[in-house]
Amino acid sequence: MRQFDRRLAYHFDWSLLALTLAIIGGGLATIFSATEARVHTGFANNPLVMRQAFYASVGFVGMIAVVLIDYRRLERYAYVVYAATLLLVLAVPLVGTVGGGARRWIDLGPVSIQPSELIKVSLVVALARYFHRSQATGDVRLVDALPAFAMLAVPGALILAQPDLGTVGVIAIVAFSVLFCAGLRLRVFVVLAAVAALAVPLLWGHLKPYQQQRVQTFLSPEMDPLGAGYHVIQSKIAIGSGELWGKGYLRGTQNKLNFIPEQHTDFIFSVFAEEWGFAGAVALLVLYGGLVLRGLTVAHRAKDRFGALVVFGVVSIVFWQVVINVGMTSGILPVVGITLPFFSYGGSSLTTMMIAVGLMINVNMRRFLF
Amino acid sequence: MASTLVTSRREVPNEFRRRLSFALALVVALFGLTVVRLWHLQVSTGDEYRSLSEHNRIRLKRVRATRGTILDRNGDIVVDNRPSFDLVLVPEDTHDVPATIAALTRLLGPEVGDLSAIVAAARNRPAFEDVVLVRDLDWEHIVKIETHQFELPGVSVQVGPRRTYPFGQMAAHLLGYVGEVSQQEREQRRGYHLGDLIGKAGAERYWEDYLRGVDGGQQVEVDSVGRRLRVLSEVDETPGNSLVLTIDRDLQQAAEAAMEGHDGSVVALDARTGEILAMVSRPAFDPNLFARGIRLSEWKALVDDRKRPLNSKAVQGTYPPGSTYKVVMAAAALEEGVITPFTTIFCGGGLFFGNRTFRCWRPQGHGAVNVHEALVRSCDVFFYQVGQRLGVDTIAEYSHRFGLGAPTGITLEHESGGIIPSSAWKRQRFGEPWYPGETLSISIGQGYVTTTPLQMASVMATVANGGVVYKPRFVKRVESTDGATVREERPEVVRDVGFKKSTLLQIRDALSDVVNSKRGTGSNAKLPGVEVGGKTGTAQASRAGGDKTSQKGWSREKRDHAWFIAFAPVDNPEIALVVLAEHSGQHGGTAAAPIARKVFARYFGIPDEDEAALKRTAGFVPLHDQYGAAIRLSALNEPYPGGADADADAEDHAQD
Repeated sequence: MRQFDRRLAYHFDWSLLALTLAIIGGGLATIFSATEARVHTGFANNPLVMRQAFYASVGFVGMIAVVLIDYRRLERYAYVVYAATLLLVLAVPLVGTVGGGARRWIDLGPVSIQPSELIKVSLVVALARYFHRSQATGDVRLVDALPAFAMLAVPGALILAQPDLGTVGVIAIVAFSVLFCAGLRLRVFVVLAAVAALAVPLLWGHLKPYQQQRVQTFLSPEMDPLGAGYHVIQSKIAIGSGELWGKGYLRGTQNKLNFIPEQHTDFIFSVFAEEWGFAGAVALLVLYGGLVLRGLTVAHRAKDRFGALVVFGVVSIVFWQVVINVGMTSGILPVVGITLPFFSYGGSSLTTMMIAVGLMINVNMRRFLF
Repeated sequence: MASTLVTSRREVPNEFRRRLSFALALVVALFGLTVVRLWHLQVSTGDEYRSLSEHNRIRLKRVRATRGTILDRNGDIVVDNRPSFDLVLVPEDTHDVPATIAALTRLLGPEVGDLSAIVAAARNRPAFEDVVLVRDLDWEHIVKIETHQFELPGVSVQVGPRRTYPFGQMAAHLLGYVGEVSQQEREQRRGYHLGDLIGKAGAERYWEDYLRGVDGGQQVEVDSVGRRLRVLSEVDETPGNSLVLTIDRDLQQAAEAAMEGHDGSVVALDARTGEILAMVSRPAFDPNLFARGIRLSEWKALVDDRKRPLNSKAVQGTYPPGSTYKVVMAAAALEEGVITPFTTIFCGGGLFFGNRTFRCWRPQGHGAVNVHEALVRSCDVFFYQVGQRLGVDTIAEYSHRFGLGAPTGITLEHESGGIIPSSAWKRQRFGEPWYPGETLSISIGQGYVTTTPLQMASVMATVANGGVVYKPRFVKRVESTDGATVREERPEVVRDVGFKKSTLLQIRDALSDVVNSKRGTGSNAKLPGVEVGGKTGTAQASRAGGDKTSQKGWSREKRDHAWFIAFAPVDNPEIALVVLAEHSGQHGGTAAAPIARKVFARYFGIPDEDEAALKRTAGFVPLHDQYGAAIRLSALNEPYPGGADADADAEDHAQD
């Protein structure tokens, strides 16, 4: 038993942990810079930094807890976890609190949780479990994948109603990533893409005016230079004005003068890129890239399908959110309200993503055990 | 077999690994693309963006939407907007803030106050946001500022709509007021910015979403000292919708004037629809104070005033209804069959019950009276007896049917429901059983019973319209700026009390005699040309001793409330009215009925002659008839005003 533990510890992937903590550290520093202009406290008294640090430690505990449980045991409870999270999502319209025009949070006194963040990971786990036990191997037909689509559709519809179009987009693209990896026939993807292209004009009418406006703004920013377009322009000015080496920590003028919207959440990358320049931005992307590539290696080496799919799904959450977030802040994607994982302020997102890293470490660690 | 199956399920298919390499390629490609994008922004065109950020001179100027006006039922303006010229400063555009402020103070004179304090107080605002230094500049000052523009970098005069309540305190509690949006409101509602106005009370608050409109905006290029060079692009504001009230401005003003010298409330309802025609609460406040930004001292004065000018006495004030409650009692008694219209009860000036005497307001009694006479002369003993026969829970049931004991649902904040006691209520509230003696107090609208003036107006309307309880409303419709109807409000029936037609007709007949017969307690409301019906009430506010007749020397809070509820015309009722003169220390017939008469006079377009002239038309008014019923639960030893002689005269008419 003791030897067993030692062997596990030997395979503990320190690089995943180090990359994660490095990104979180950068995030804390940037949150401080983004909020200091308004609150003028010290680092230790900055309420948002302290809360984020608190969430990071909660996430760390969660991560360690997840590492300690054999993920094959987790496989058995995958649907339970998924159902529990779904209940939370379901509870949002009933007991949730409103912020910025949408009902997304469940208030638990001192903290509030955002179930739509939790569902990302539990959906991945549920999908992995489904394909783990599915008879279809490597060549999955549409019919075989129908239950998987249902698992996506239920939370998707609920979150769409909140309304949170961005999160629905992320869980959809993550679910399709898992489906892709599980071996869904490529021609199914082609057909689905065609259907989606036809459905877009129909769905357009159902979007909230502000959502329509965001897409329009993306397509032609000059159409709305006062509202969302203004934000994108200012975000681009922030990133661009960072030039090669940045303006220096705490010295971003776009940030300090409040030209950047949602400085500590969705647009935190603009703050970072303004102060640290291209060099800093690339360094950050290298950290994310390292995390993603390391994750893909873990998925590749995983001994069973569940482990491989879970890791792949988790990696795709990180990857897509990074690409979408940087894309929207730098003006090549519409503003959809997607956070930068580990970096943006937000407790639910941070703790969930840390637990997700715990899953990666877990799978990696146990790859020789059977 | 089983084991191979398990193994095959666990295996990672080869296809997975193949697709993994595709995923790897995608990751590299998209990250690469992102880096290329960043290179483009930060390195290739970085210096352009750097200079843009250094000269970030594109300002977003919101053009606040003009708030919708509020009109009365005839389309006359009640709440309006007028242009206000405000002096604003953008400190970031001023190289030397103290020098600019000194120059401003020199130009405008010392009466503008300490401008540097205003700038200092605004230091936490977002950069480049305006600081409003002086609101509502006059022309002379505007000209001075404009001609000295070059000495005043960062200073400008901005014109914007200002909410104005041209009639000051008129209907202030109903119209409400606007104020700057609070932090909490900005978190809860989308699209509000620092310094925006939001409806804080009354119609302004409840109809905020219609009144508000949609802000427009300008993208403005300014020079390095903040002077506007040109407008780069512009989105027009959409003005808010107008609110058309059910209030009649003339009638409201008449009611306000009639309440001069009194505290309390007047509510006039259209008995046929529940529309509020006028609603007065006194003392009131001036909503213009809030529109221009209320000063702390003004706010404190309003809050600390013991007469509570911020509270709407019409919907928030609860008072014992006194004898006006006898209308409800009479209806309950006739419906339950505990009396018939012909049942007479002897009033000898009091009723001995338990171990004490419950007095009638008229110590020598009313003799044998039926329900008609008991209402006309406000006999207490009659209703003590009726109350005993009904029991507290039946009284409560009928009160609830009239809508008492619960808020009417009018769209105004903090509406009180009043209290309609029952045995269950008392057990829950005090953990005690109901004592039969308490039923007697209830029967004459004293004891635990409390109602709001609006509720009593609604009771009157229900009696007048044949038994329908309407939800009181004060908005007729919402109109867009081009006059199209955006939303129409319709009469809302809460319930039909379900009484026999005869019950309400008998009550109405009695209420007519209250005003129009020589014996009635409400003859001060008598109006030539229109038959008015009503019921007086004098509600005891305290059990204090002393000179109960004049109540002179009593502290204000101990004096009686004077009530009058009325409707007209009796044969085809249109309007129902309540008058409450809070702590007037006078009787309903003396203090409240004349106010009602003035309101009716305006409604029916009858010139309201002076008191003496009216008395000539109305004939001789016996002295005692000026008093409504005055009820005292404490031992009452001294004779009641009016004197035995006058009463003896009246006695002769009592059995007409």
